[in-house]
Amino acid sequence: MTTRTATGPVRIESRWARPLQVGRYLLLFAFACFFLMPVYVLVVTALKDPVQVSVSRMWELPQSLSLNGFREVWPKLRPGLVNSVLLAVPVSIISSVLGAANGFVLSKWRFPGADIVFPLILFGMFIPYQAILIPMVRTMRDLGMQGGLDGLILVHVIYGLPITTLIFRSYFAGISDELIDAAKVDGAGMLRTLAYVALPIAPPAFAVAMIWQFTSSWNDFLFGVMLTSKENWPVTVALNNIAGGQQVPFHEVMASGLLACLPTLLVYVVLGRFFMRGLMAGALKG
Amino acid sequence: MNAPLPGTRPQAANIPLQRARPEATGIRLEQVSKRFRGGVLAVDRVDLDVRPGEFVVLVGPSGCGKSTLLRMIAGLEAVSGGRIWLGDQDVTSRLPQERDVAMVFQSYALYPRMTVRRNLGFGLRMRHTGRPERNRRVAEVAEVLGLEHLLDRRPAALSGGQRQRVAMGRAIVREPKAFLMDEPLSNLDAKLRVSMRAQLSRLHQRLGTTTVYVTHDQVEAMTLGQRVAVLRDGVLQQCDTPQHLFRHPVNLFVAAFIGSPSMNFVAASVSGGAAHFADLRVPLPAGSSLATADRQVILGIRPTGFGVAESNGWPTLRAVPDVVEELGDERNLIIDINAPRVDTDATRAAVAARTADDALLLPEEKARFTVRVPGDHPVSIGEPLDLAVNPERLYFFDPETGQTLR
Repeated sequence: MTTRTATGPVRIESRWARPLQVGRYLLLFAFACFFLMPVYVLVVTALKDPVQVSVSRMWELPQSLSLNGFREVWPKLRPGLVNSVLLAVPVSIISSVLGAANGFVLSKWRFPGADIVFPLILFGMFIPYQAILIPMVRTMRDLGMQGGLDGLILVHVIYGLPITTLIFRSYFAGISDELIDAAKVDGAGMLRTLAYVALPIAPPAFAVAMIWQFTSSWNDFLFGVMLTSKENWPVTVALNNIAGGQQVPFHEVMASGLLACLPTLLVYVVLGRFFMRGLMAGALKG
Repeated sequence: MNAPLPGTRPQAANIPLQRARPEATGIRLEQVSKRFRGGVLAVDRVDLDVRPGEFVVLVGPSGCGKSTLLRMIAGLEAVSGGRIWLGDQDVTSRLPQERDVAMVFQSYALYPRMTVRRNLGFGLRMRHTGRPERNRRVAEVAEVLGLEHLLDRRPAALSGGQRQRVAMGRAIVREPKAFLMDEPLSNLDAKLRVSMRAQLSRLHQRLGTTTVYVTHDQVEAMTLGQRVAVLRDGVLQQCDTPQHLFRHPVNLFVAAFIGSPSMNFVAASVSGGAAHFADLRVPLPAGSSLATADRQVILGIRPTGFGVAESNGWPTLRAVPDVVEELGDERNLIIDINAPRVDTDATRAAVAARTADDALLLPEEKARFTVRVPGDHPVSIGEPLDLAVNPERLYFFDPETGQTLR
């Protein structure tokens, strides 16, 4: 380009940089389309009129927008959604708080044997649901906690502890020991060091742990169906009942699927901003 | 500090902090040892008596156990042996929160989610001091340290020097029995460090609180400490006033560690009441125990132990400066000496611990001396000159044990 003046911004790049960049974006776009196909079908089918829904024409856009699917499915889904909220919110809060306490004593307020206790806690992550299903159901029945949401909450809290402990232990391991030492010398014991010094800098870990716990307890089907009675079924069981009839009403299934995944999306959006870095800024020298 | 510079706030010097202090408390270490789980002996039977109100500096190369010793006084590390006394109380097995000492950390360790005000008041809050009293003391300390305008900021919004002052204030506000400081100035730039050093001295004079201060910088140790304790490999070498440490080091390590530039060493022999090295015969000082000896020694001379050759009878050394370092008022000359170089564990440990100001780029078999001469004395590289050795300022060390021979 002869018109470019010497004072303008000049980029230093290989002459293949532009074509390569275009190619890269095309490739990424193709991947994105591929991965978004199910989402496309989900949204498009949910908005179709019942008469337009058929497997052969699933890729077509709806001729007219219809919210019939949502309207029909809402009464069936609502109790499940309420139950799932009543389940997932306490589960994510309780298991995060307990995980924070665990992670704190395993990394910053160590006790003799911490190196043995931690791997033992981690084992819990690798136990498949199916392996403990029968003993769990019997235990809960003996405890008289079968049928209600309280038992399901307890089970999910316990099952979530290994992962939340791991998250908080790793997070606290990254903060300076001197900060904890300073609190000790300033006169704080274990609980007050946790409450006043460790927890205030832990929101990023809370965001990760709560997103994780909310999503996994929300998406769980097996424990829900085994441990709760009909009126306490979480949304996953309700979803299964809609999809599992004699004739599958696809637009209703897709609409309820959309509704059921909205809360988890919301949690990602709300908690995601606590992922921001720099919460530790200024504590230490640099 | 005279008149405050425009734009700076009045700091420690200007505002009296007068309070009828209770009796200052001493710290006594009796045979304190620390063995870590891997078996490393970090501190080996240290005895140290810090008098009430005294400023004692622990100094030594990194890994010498000085920080471990400080953390044991704070209660952050358990002792493996020995006892620690705070005043007349045996605190050896007390928790840190029960010891009533305050600590300033190298990283400052400010609580990141608290404002400066809450950082300062945290120790008082944890000790259940009432809010009015807490606010009064925080305000007072903030004024002394020039932090009033920063009280509502978080640590992230402070400069390094300001953070350092908050860390200091957090210790002062508690009015503890003792201050423990773990290299508190090492994260400041050189200029700020010097000014904070002076302020620390002044603050200590005013508060009169017993202070134990850890540093690896012997200049900081010498300028701050009323007494300086030199540690090496967990063993206390010598604890004395800076002057005495400089003039009468007990061994080769202390001699090499204290003083800048560090002492020159050369292998020499003693016989007939004089020391011999590099064709030079230097009479021993009067009353030396080596007067009748006939043996090998390591001879030490400080860079300032030389004078310009005059007719004062001092033996003179003809030398050719290799390097001339201009310092303004003074010059450092580096000269080759025709005698074997001294390379012992002690001198190496001492030199490695310091800024590499006198490390040799080209290790040689021959000794090299650093000589400090007045700035007005004409010298140039490659031009021979006569240096007089002051016989009163020679040090002799046993080549085997490193102990000073007097």
